[in-house]
Amino acid sequence: MAIDIKMPALSPTMEEGTLAKWLVKEGDSVASGDVLAEIETDKATMEVESIDEGVVGKILISEGTDNVKVGEVILQLLEDGEDSSALSAPVSAPGAAPVPAAAPVVETPQVSPSDATPANVPSDPDVPTNIKMMDITVRDALRDAMAEEMRRDPTVFVMGEEVAEYQGAYKVTRELLQEFGDKRVVDTPITEHGFAGIGVGAAMGGLKPIVEFMTFNFAMQAIDHIINSAAKTLYMSGGQMRCPIVFRGPNGAASRVGAQHSQDYSSWYAHVPGLKVIAPYDAADAKGLLKAAIRDPNPIVFLEHELLYGENFQLPDMDDFVIPIGKAKIRREGSDVTIVAHSRMVKWALEAADILSGEGIDAEVIDLRTLRPLDTATVIESVKKTNRLVCAEEGWGQHGVGAEIAAVVTDQAFDYLDAPPARVHQVDVPLPYAANLEALSLPGTDDVIAAAKKVCYKD
Amino acid sequence: MAPQKKRAASTKKLKTTKKELTELYREMLLIRRFEEKAGQLYGMGQIAGFCHLYIGQEAVVVGMRSAMKDGDQMITSYRDHGHMLACGMTPRGVMAELTGRIGGYSRGKGGSMHMFSVEKKFYGGHGIVGAQVPIGAGLGFANKYLDNGSVSVAFFGDGAANQGQVYETFNMAELWDLPVIFVIENNQYAMGTSVERSSSETELYKRGISFGIEGVQVDGMNVLAVRDAGAKALKHARSGKGPMILEMKTYRYRGHSMSDPAKYRTRDEVKEVRGERDPIDSVKDRLIDEGWADLDSLKEIDKEIKAIVADSAEFAQTSPEPDPSELYTDVLLEV
Repeated sequence: MAIDIKMPALSPTMEEGTLAKWLVKEGDSVASGDVLAEIETDKATMEVESIDEGVVGKILISEGTDNVKVGEVILQLLEDGEDSSALSAPVSAPGAAPVPAAAPVVETPQVSPSDATPANVPSDPDVPTNIKMMDITVRDALRDAMAEEMRRDPTVFVMGEEVAEYQGAYKVTRELLQEFGDKRVVDTPITEHGFAGIGVGAAMGGLKPIVEFMTFNFAMQAIDHIINSAAKTLYMSGGQMRCPIVFRGPNGAASRVGAQHSQDYSSWYAHVPGLKVIAPYDAADAKGLLKAAIRDPNPIVFLEHELLYGENFQLPDMDDFVIPIGKAKIRREGSDVTIVAHSRMVKWALEAADILSGEGIDAEVIDLRTLRPLDTATVIESVKKTNRLVCAEEGWGQHGVGAEIAAVVTDQAFDYLDAPPARVHQVDVPLPYAANLEALSLPGTDDVIAAAKKVCYKD
Repeated sequence: MAPQKKRAASTKKLKTTKKELTELYREMLLIRRFEEKAGQLYGMGQIAGFCHLYIGQEAVVVGMRSAMKDGDQMITSYRDHGHMLACGMTPRGVMAELTGRIGGYSRGKGGSMHMFSVEKKFYGGHGIVGAQVPIGAGLGFANKYLDNGSVSVAFFGDGAANQGQVYETFNMAELWDLPVIFVIENNQYAMGTSVERSSSETELYKRGISFGIEGVQVDGMNVLAVRDAGAKALKHARSGKGPMILEMKTYRYRGHSMSDPAKYRTRDEVKEVRGERDPIDSVKDRLIDEGWADLDSLKEIDKEIKAIVADSAEFAQTSPEPDPSELYTDVLLEV
């Protein structure tokens, strides 16, 4: 029985990759640990090693194939004494669909995942009509936003860990070094406290820094500069000293990385006057809001989500697509319940709304997009129509974004509420590593559905 | 290894002129009299909160400023009144900020520890120990990026010299050859803890050794020694060679802030420094020795300074409190 060598995962979040190069050919003898092939994702490159000794029987995926699913058999190894008759149909991992060799890049039609129910999607005030749409990942949208703003304004520069030569820990700064050089794309040592302070000083000195944190978990080392040095200075100086700076990077839970690498800081930063805090969901918002953030004269905290980086969305194909900061977006219109979410929670809210519609509940989904200043007017207007509110966020509930929304709505639209507002959030524990416990801890579609049913008294 | 120099307090007379020394004397005296007045106003309840006086350390900032060029920036901690006056900010604006009035540099919203002047290139006024050090290096980063030929001077105390972010900054400043000077004002006490009780290496000018940053120890009570060391360091940074560390051995006569138990040092210790090493008295003696001034002309200067300070105190007590509408302004810039 031949040994199946499968497409490995480079990271906990990888679903597919490119088989870049074979380093063996059929008939070669290999030992355990020999390098068989190189695989790549948009984030990294890795060598695939043989897990046993034997002879390369059959190569199933040809060199240069994109979108090879994790778990798909890429090579069959013959054990000592076996011949090609031992080769059989490979057994791939469950759920991994076979991909044709050298699959062409699919031209996605002009429908994004969130557009699955076009009847309920309101017209987008940010996008002119009759504009051509293009398909793009959140990662590339963020990259393009930075590149465009760097072309536009020579005082904009990027600094952070691995932003230059490594091309970004999550490849968000890919190829910026090549275009802009090491004066404007600056690799820093792993010293968040220090380089956040240097960024603040550079902003006060007349530049427009984009400070990338590899993740916002590490920004806790730098939070003194974000809050005490950046956010408060304009006020403390009586309006004299500006600090135009963008602190950006992935925020919130990734996948199976444990408690210290999985925290959602939305409510931490949204608490602080003097900051603007942005947490986009899709690629268009990521791009349009990051461009607005870089142009803004105030300090900005821009919270991205690692698990959205690789997701594809529709983006208007425009020269200069900028979205105003501080405006929520109604992503789905509905009349029975208002679901408020931001960042990746919007995905679960939209999924929940689709399922709820099948059960006779017509949900409106509001994507906050900006957490400070908070667009409470859009939420209040919606609640006046639906009379019910669900606040969903990925972080902890206590003193959270949902708590704030619920308080504002209770204060300003109490008479319109037919049920107490419900909150959906992470379980009140540090995020566990074990797959089952992690899934139990993080909120998802089912939690949003349950909360919506509860406020509609249909549970 | 970058050279590390310890300079003994020089008894030799450093080069100067009547005009220069008289001006340095005036500037130091202005700081001293201003701070004495601030202390009085604090006692009268006109100034509140934290108030850290610079009395005793005047030669450090005045000497450094005299070596700086227009366009060079200054940034420091919360013991900042002297730095602002040395930068040319008005005594009225500083004193009115201490009293929390609209005429203050921050319209009364900052207080003693938080004042800025974009015009005079003074970047604060920072209340978090050590935070001004990376910010100062960031100003240097901007200078290099903009290629404007300016150097940033970041002042911090012996207490801040033990902060982690200071070393993160030393590393990046040297790595990137940033035009920044790190001036450690070693007044020997971080609040009430002496350098000996808080620092494993008490020779603070050596703190850059592992980063390859040249360090020099300077008699911080001698304004001309500070001037000379500052000029050399500024030339070094301006020529693209990166940062330098200047450890200024100095002394503060007053408490850490206004509420200081004064239990950590003896009265005699303070008296001895005041009597033998006072930065203003030594300049006064030199002015007389050289025949550049006599008691009458010095008295005239003192009178002028007193008048300026009295005027600032008067202004600071008569300038109105900020209008209640000021509460909500300057949080964010309008786009």
